[in-house]
Amino acid sequence: MHNPRTILSHSDLGTLFATLHAEGRHTIGPTVRDGAIVYDRLIGPDDLPTGVVDEQAPGRYRLRHEGTRRFSWSVGPQSFKRWLHPPELRLFRATRTERGFAVEKPEAPPPLALIGARACELAAMAIQDRVFLGDVVDPHYASRRRDLFIVAVQCDRAASTCFCPSMGSGPRVSRGYDLSLTEVVDEAGHRFVVEIGSEAGRALAAKLPLHAATTDADAPERASAEAEAQIARRMPTDGLREKLLGAVASSNWDDVASRCIGCANCTLVCPTCFCTTVDDVTTLDGTHERVRRWDSCFHPDFSYLHGAGPVRSSVGARYRQWLTHKLATWHDQFGTSGCVGCGRCVAWCPAGIDIVAEAERLAEDA
Amino acid sequence: MNDPWVPTPMTVREVVRETADTVTLTLDTSASPFAFAPGQFNMVYLFGQGEVPISISGHADRPDELVHTIRGVGPVTRPMLDLVPGDVLGIRGPFGTAWPVEEARGTDVIVVAGGIGLAPLRPMIYHLLANRRDYARIVLIYGARQPDQMLFVDELHHWRGRFDLTVEVTVDQGTEDWFGPVGVVTRSLARARFDADDATVVTCGPEVMMRFVVHEAVRMGVPQDRIWASMERNMKCAIGLCGHCQWGPDFVCKQGPVYRWDHIAHRFAEKEL
Ligand SMILES: Cc1cc2nc3c(=O)[nH]c(=O)nc-3n(C[C@H](O)[C@H](O)[C@H](O)COP(=O)(O)OP(=O)(O)OC[C@H]3O[C@@H](n4cnc5c(N)ncnc54)[C@H](O)[C@@H]3O)c2cc1C
Ligand code: SF4
Ligand code: SF4
Ligand code: FES
Repeated sequence: MHNPRTILSHSDLGTLFATLHAEGRHTIGPTVRDGAIVYDRLIGPDDLPTGVVDEQAPGRYRLRHEGTRRFSWSVGPQSFKRWLHPPELRLFRATRTERGFAVEKPEAPPPLALIGARACELAAMAIQDRVFLGDVVDPHYASRRRDLFIVAVQCDRAASTCFCPSMGSGPRVSRGYDLSLTEVVDEAGHRFVVEIGSEAGRALAAKLPLHAATTDADAPERASAEAEAQIARRMPTDGLREKLLGAVASSNWDDVASRCIGCANCTLVCPTCFCTTVDDVTTLDGTHERVRRWDSCFHPDFSYLHGAGPVRSSVGARYRQWLTHKLATWHDQFGTSGCVGCGRCVAWCPAGIDIVAEAERLAEDA
Repeated sequence: MNDPWVPTPMTVREVVRETADTVTLTLDTSASPFAFAPGQFNMVYLFGQGEVPISISGHADRPDELVHTIRGVGPVTRPMLDLVPGDVLGIRGPFGTAWPVEEARGTDVIVVAGGIGLAPLRPMIYHLLANRRDYARIVLIYGARQPDQMLFVDELHHWRGRFDLTVEVTVDQGTEDWFGPVGVVTRSLARARFDADDATVVTCGPEVMMRFVVHEAVRMGVPQDRIWASMERNMKCAIGLCGHCQWGPDFVCKQGPVYRWDHIAHRFAEKEL
């Protein structure tokens, strides 16, 4: 597919939203709330962050104002996971009948367009595809995923917590998108270089007021190089699966346990963690709903067995499950690492526990 | 699309009270035959209460009925003790791996069950008896905590009366009117007469019991790849999506619950995995 790069001027961002809305899509993208960039339903470009950059470090996330760019930050506490694999979802509603019950399934959600998906987000989606669209297909994920339109963004800046290059997941968006935007701000103005990644992207681009990219054509590669140059953090992926599987009895688990407070933040912010539990809720009119909610292997109840209690009763065992699943057994289950190097678990850990540092120490031990 | 999260309503046809805290429910599946392999389980949904993994305890040759034996221990299973014929349960399944009915052909088969662990093994026993000629000696060793906690008592008596099957029943704690053996199943296993080189051992019960059973079987000379055990883990979905049943690289709901021992021996030894 021959894809000449084109330019969308910043003042035409509204047309992008309007065109997506005209297709009946809800537009989901970044917006600033409570001092963090979150992904939510957006009405138009005014909802996007403006001149906001992030500073991240282990246990630290701050926003500050700088410039006029809309996408010059890395990742916030949420991933697009919550839109494909919602934190809370009704599996079915059951109403009592004369002797039994009747089951009613939930309605399909409206089609979505994701705006501002970065390389690590797309890599995480590809991982969740393997989880939810494998030999058993989760119909809820499938219906949201099937109709998705993805407007990606090329990172031009990285946080200190980012380590996508060592996970092979970024910073450059190279597949799995419909359109991608690279933001350029200079004397010539504020604009986006548009790359087309799919037929759906091409069809949508045809409806946008795009013009030919002349001098800007290499902006995506330049942005990626700039972002990558800022990334020092590296996951020691060489033989990591084997090393971690060999570290089952390492004393490092007890060491982490002395710092980890078992809050489950890391699993909730992680864009690939997929675990859920189910609750049965009775509504006032006597119907019952079976609700699926995100769960975490950090909760002691997660492995609860009647008569025995939690299988993983110690924090060390639960941290071992999290890290070993992410970086080792995920390969056995889904043929890929469960980590894309987004750094969220590092920034959002109240104790500043760093998955890369822990993996390094465990790998050395082995 | 077929929704793997949604149960199919099935009507209770018969309820048998096994012990003070355990019932056997027979569900009517004559309208749509239910096929399964011995050792597999279902997710059983009680309207408005919740859903739990329960092994199938009936005969695999009878697709017109589905049998579950349930011990009431918590918020979902306890109300199941009060079900009466005509009540409806939701079923998803069958799920998981099966007992080695094929691999065991021609060998002595030693079935070792503890407590509610006899329920998932009963379809295996039915299969062995229905295909009696395919197997050499058959030994059933069953341990219950107390005499009044034994499942399938009438059936145990009936099996004991057969000449082609050895049944050993033991309790941890005797009572005044118990004249059978008192002690752990491993002691009965050590005494059992079978050809260890050419035997298949299948076991289900508490993990500690299975550990000792396997230890004893191996000591007696049964190869590790001729021993099968059924594992229990917390399960919320049984379709590999909720993550709860993970045990090392496995989802016990898919790669288990029935495992060949040599595949799990190293993992079984790890605490809190
Ligand atoms: C493959 C498989 C086959 C099985 N087959 C059978 C069978 O044939 N017959 C049988 O009787 N049983 C069987 N079981 C066991 C059965 O599933 C459990 O006994 C059942 O799930 C108990 O559910 P409950 O909700 O009634 O009670 P509880 O186990 O007490 O459940 C309460 C719920 O709350 C949660 N919880 C967390 N922490 C606690 C806590 N501290 N206290 C209480 N609850 C807590 C648990 O996760 C659970 O979901 C099987 C299990 C498996 C995995
Ligand atoms: S484990 Fe941490 S760095 Fe890796 S994908 Fe999950 S949140 Fe991001
Ligand atoms: S790390 Fe924990 S919460 Fe995340 S997918 Fe694995 S088991 Fe589930
Ligand atoms: S029970 Fe949900 S993954 Fe196995």
